[in-house]
Amino acid sequence: MKLLVCVSKTPDTTTKISFANNDTEFNTQGVQYIMNPYDEWYALVRALELKEATGGTVTTINVGSAANDTVIRKGLAIGADDAIRVDAPENCSTYYVARQIAEQAKAGAYDIVFFGKETIDYNGAQIGAMVAEMLDMPFISYATKMDIAGNTATISRDIEGGQEIVEVDTPFAISAAKGLAEQRIPNMRGIMMAKRKPLNVIPPVDVSEKVSVASYALPPEKKDCHYIDAEDMDKLVELLHSEAKVI
Amino acid sequence: MVLVYTSSPEGQLKKSAFEAVTYGYKAAQALGTEVVALTIGNVDNAGVLGQYGAGKVLNAAGAESFDSGVHAAVIAKVAEQIGASVVVMPDDSTGKSLLGRVAVRLDAGAVSGVKTLPDTSAGFVVKKNVFSGKAIVDYNINSDKKVLSIAGNTFPPEVVGGDVAVDAAGVDVPASRVRVKEVSTVKGTVPLPEAELVVSAGRGMKDPGNWGIIDELAGHLGATTACSRPVADVGWRPHHEHVGQTGVAIRPNLYIAIGISGAIQHLAGVNQSKTIVVINKDPEAPFFKAADYGIVGDLFEVVPRLNEAIKKFKAAN
Ligand SMILES: Cc1cc2nc3c(=O)[nH]c(=O)nc-3n(C[C@H](O)[C@H](O)[C@H](O)COP(=O)(O)OP(=O)(O)OC[C@H]3O[C@@H](n4cnc5c(N)ncnc54)[C@H](O)[C@@H]3O)c2cc1C
Ligand SMILES: Nc1ncnc2c1ncn2[C@@H]1O[C@H](COP(=O)(O)O)[C@@H](O)[C@H]1O
Repeated sequence: MKLLVCVSKTPDTTTKISFANNDTEFNTQGVQYIMNPYDEWYALVRALELKEATGGTVTTINVGSAANDTVIRKGLAIGADDAIRVDAPENCSTYYVARQIAEQAKAGAYDIVFFGKETIDYNGAQIGAMVAEMLDMPFISYATKMDIAGNTATISRDIEGGQEIVEVDTPFAISAAKGLAEQRIPNMRGIMMAKRKPLNVIPPVDVSEKVSVASYALPPEKKDCHYIDAEDMDKLVELLHSEAKVI
Repeated sequence: MVLVYTSSPEGQLKKSAFEAVTYGYKAAQALGTEVVALTIGNVDNAGVLGQYGAGKVLNAAGAESFDSGVHAAVIAKVAEQIGASVVVMPDDSTGKSLLGRVAVRLDAGAVSGVKTLPDTSAGFVVKKNVFSGKAIVDYNINSDKKVLSIAGNTFPPEVVGGDVAVDAAGVDVPASRVRVKEVSTVKGTVPLPEAELVVSAGRGMKDPGNWGIIDELAGHLGATTACSRPVADVGWRPHHEHVGQTGVAIRPNLYIAIGISGAIQHLAGVNQSKTIVVINKDPEAPFFKAADYGIVGDLFEVVPRLNEAIKKFKAAN
């Protein structure tokens, strides 16, 4: 099977957030980037497991600048065969990214296109659905388990307060939630081999943007914690009722 | 026109549907237009959406199980039919599977997890929390058509009218390529993403056998239980209870964190709660920095005391 995994980068959760250019841009100075956990731990690893079980190839795709190459190489070190990077500016929209992925996915005629359920920085949860629509493919989101027999996949997916089990035939797109696979740590050999694997840089197609960032702001300061005597839980209940008005 | 798609798991409209219609109604008022609600499949009592401001409720029969491709096609066709410039849906698993598809079909700009009404003083600007609640971004949607999913627990449902009749949407429902085999939902408790009250516990509990006091607290409050990741990882609690960066992200009115240190990855999923109560024996626990109310003490003494206090309060109120 030909498998495509969409990988993105995201600031590490511990990153201090600040802005540049009159609060219209995220300040990337000194930011530590990681691969989006849903892409790395679940989508990529499940694709690799499938390849190990049934043969085929695993290609990763990223839409972004050369600054993303470290994250892309990590994907190769974990086991992807090759990588595509569509050379794009840093601040492009989800629609722009989806359009680029769709172009490459169409050209490569992949059986399954994998996404993370969302990026943990902007929580868009849009790109998988957009690409699926552009390619006219079924899209199974929030997948927590996937088995394949022949061309048919049986997938469990998270829904509000439960699970749904669906069946779908290739080609399809899927977004990975926790549970789809177990995180893999790249070993020395993988890291060495990754250096020799192909990372193909491709120019983007033209896309007109529909959504732009007007500005960023920090959330209002949290007021100080109100400490309550551990002996006096009646006081807490009273405050939750009359001050916070939540019970 | 503003079109609101309301998801209806197992044929039931939930709070997220009423929230979305309330949002749509307010947005429509601001834009000087009206709101039409759309349900898909067999839905109980869809006319009730009129109470939240839908001037018209449409139903597209013939798509009983969820397929993002089919649902998106129906929503887009209805949007075109009624000339909707804004399409609104809840930011739940259904909405998130559809938003991107509907946007592509309508050639519209899309923003998910919106937490404000559109500001049309300079364009069409909506706000969303990003970077785990550490920043707020203003997005300007430049396209003629806009598609929005609305953050849960942000726009409380408001009754503004009465039930309306439900009309057939009158669009073709394409054949599905997804075969739904089984749907299983936990009965009797409010799912975490929708819960208004959440009681959560972590490694400070020491042993899964100690959860009785947590269940009791949740029971008194009518709250949903959650947990930190290590507790789910070792199997003390079910995985669906895990909240945080890699688990469920929630924004309840009340989050009570018991024996949880407050690591940044945990906070990422809970720091948008309206009120946070932290119970921890370590006064230096980082969670206190994110807390509205803090209790420094041994949870095995504090929680039973809190249970008594709540029992007393519930009996009196
Ligand atoms: C990439 C990544 C992603 C992660 N994602 C998540 C996530 O989504 N969700 C998540 O929760 N974690 C996540 N983690 C783990 C996170 O970093 C913490 O390790 C975890 O949240 C700690 O769980 P805890 O607070 O239950 O345990 P601990 O950190 O061990 O804290 C236990 C707390 O209980 C208190 N305590 C002990 N005994 C008592 C007592 N008798 N009475 C009162 N208080 C007591 C202690 O003072 C302590 O503060 C992630 C980590 C990484 C690296
Ligand atoms: N710049 C990007 N390049 C490649 N894939 C991406 C990019 N951004 C997001 N994705 C993929 O789309 C998924 C959902 O992203 P989003 O819709 O932005 O939350 C991610 O988990 C990735 O799999």
